[in-house]
Amino acid sequence: MNRFRYWSWFWLAIGAIYFFLPLVATAEFSMRAQKGTLSLLAYQRVLEDKEFVSSFLFSLRMALLTITFGILLIVPTAYWVHLRLPRMRPLVELLTLLPFVIPVIVLVFGMIRVYSSPPFLMTTTPATTDILLVAGYMVISLPYLYRSVDVGLRAMDVRSLTEAAQSLGAGWGTILFRIILPNLRTAALTGALLTLAIVIGELTLAQYLARPAFGPYMNLLGKNRAYEPAALSIMSFALTWAAMGVVYWLTRGEQAQIGGGH
Amino acid sequence: MGNPTKSFQFPWLNRKGRDARSARPASPLWDVFGLLPMLAFAFFFMLLPASSLVFGAFQGNDGQFTLQHFADLSQRFIIEGYRNSIQVSLVTALIGGVFGFILAYAITLGGLPPVVRAMVTTFAGVASNFAGVPLAFAFISTLGRTGLVTVVFKSAGYDLYKQGFNLYTFAGLSLTYLYFQFPLMILIMAPALDGLKREWQEASENLGANGFQYWRYVALPIILPSILGTMVLLFGNAFGAYATAFALTGGTLDLVTIMIGAQIRGNVLYDPGLGYAMAIGMVVIMAFSIIIYAWLQRRSERWLR
Repeated sequence: MNRFRYWSWFWLAIGAIYFFLPLVATAEFSMRAQKGTLSLLAYQRVLEDKEFVSSFLFSLRMALLTITFGILLIVPTAYWVHLRLPRMRPLVELLTLLPFVIPVIVLVFGMIRVYSSPPFLMTTTPATTDILLVAGYMVISLPYLYRSVDVGLRAMDVRSLTEAAQSLGAGWGTILFRIILPNLRTAALTGALLTLAIVIGELTLAQYLARPAFGPYMNLLGKNRAYEPAALSIMSFALTWAAMGVVYWLTRGEQAQIGGGH
Repeated sequence: MGNPTKSFQFPWLNRKGRDARSARPASPLWDVFGLLPMLAFAFFFMLLPASSLVFGAFQGNDGQFTLQHFADLSQRFIIEGYRNSIQVSLVTALIGGVFGFILAYAITLGGLPPVVRAMVTTFAGVASNFAGVPLAFAFISTLGRTGLVTVVFKSAGYDLYKQGFNLYTFAGLSLTYLYFQFPLMILIMAPALDGLKREWQEASENLGANGFQYWRYVALPIILPSILGTMVLLFGNAFGAYATAFALTGGTLDLVTIMIGAQIRGNVLYDPGLGYAMAIGMVVIMAFSIIIYAWLQRRSERWLR
């Protein structure tokens, strides 16, 4: 057994080097903006860039819309499947797996084809294009959000809660928003944070729908600048880290934190 | 409620003990309406865009049905694109899968302290979500021409780029993809390895099996579908990836996703139908791998649950 443990530490060390080396290198690179000395100049430049602020806020807004509408769509659906339509579960699960089958680049290709001409013309104004963007983000995050809500619903007695609420005179809206959703807050928050991590730096959809999001901004900066991209990378990493840290803490590590958006 | 004819008419909605436990009487048909928002969403934002590409792929410039676009997929540069994509996905699924499995084994059964497992799981959660543009930047800062590792090696007298390494090629892209591939493997395999029951090992030891025999004849056959299934998932994960490759190479590497992107930007193939056919080809490969994954997953659930 001792020999085994030795090997475990060995592989762990290799994994740690592979994990940390790019981070160390990026952090070091991001501080080289000033010649001859390590400084936070690149970070300062990024934070002072108006486009950084506006594109980040734009993506944050899109992420919040995605989370809101995602929860509004998925929580009632998953609740209804649990309560009334357990036989429909395979169908709904199949739908939530579709985003794995349709790569994002294919999704945006199809969306542009459908929605850039009548009868569903939507790509002409920013507001309607944003609807497409949020819908696309909802598609990407659908599997993760559905899964975490589903796990949350499994952990509670949906039927008893519903009957108790109904016998006290609650309608469906009250049941969903004042009984089910509060009980799902951990699951919903987990899903929301995963969605945030996926959406905030997403490139493909935003690029081809031509919206001023954070992903395209980062990509453009990467082409024109040397040190600022490294600073952005470190900041993104910190953001992902914060989101995943909260997810891990919320679920006590029981749920695998698996996202997407590569 | 409780009308036998109704249950007969909608047998797929008939649930045992429904009359006694149902929260509120409602007709089964009404129940199905609850799925309408989800079905509408799936129709408008997944099925309609996908099927629109299918129609486009079978439609010639004159609007007539044609198989020409699929025949055109056999052109050399398109085959090349598919081959590159499949190659990167296979290599990273295989290496990421093996390496991820070893690490998953190390943190579950490898005798490391529990705190290590908590740390590795958190790191893996972060790394598997750290992808796209920032990941590309990180690897450029590490192994690009002026990256830290390149510079350190150079000052030690070893020029990586003169030795044939280039981050912006196949090898570099694979190395970058592995950053999100192997953590995903750890995240999925660690719980699966937990499912190997201690009793099985004890039973095989009582029957005189040594460690190798236990793994070869008991543990591996149980865990193998799970390993292969997750590797298939990794394959799909890399195959559909676009942002990381685009940000890393600026669209110079011929992957299917990059070629489709070029097609959306400006008709570089001078033939939209061909672009649709390429997209459909991707969907077919993805669907195929998800089906294999689901099948393997079902097999692995026989023992691991």
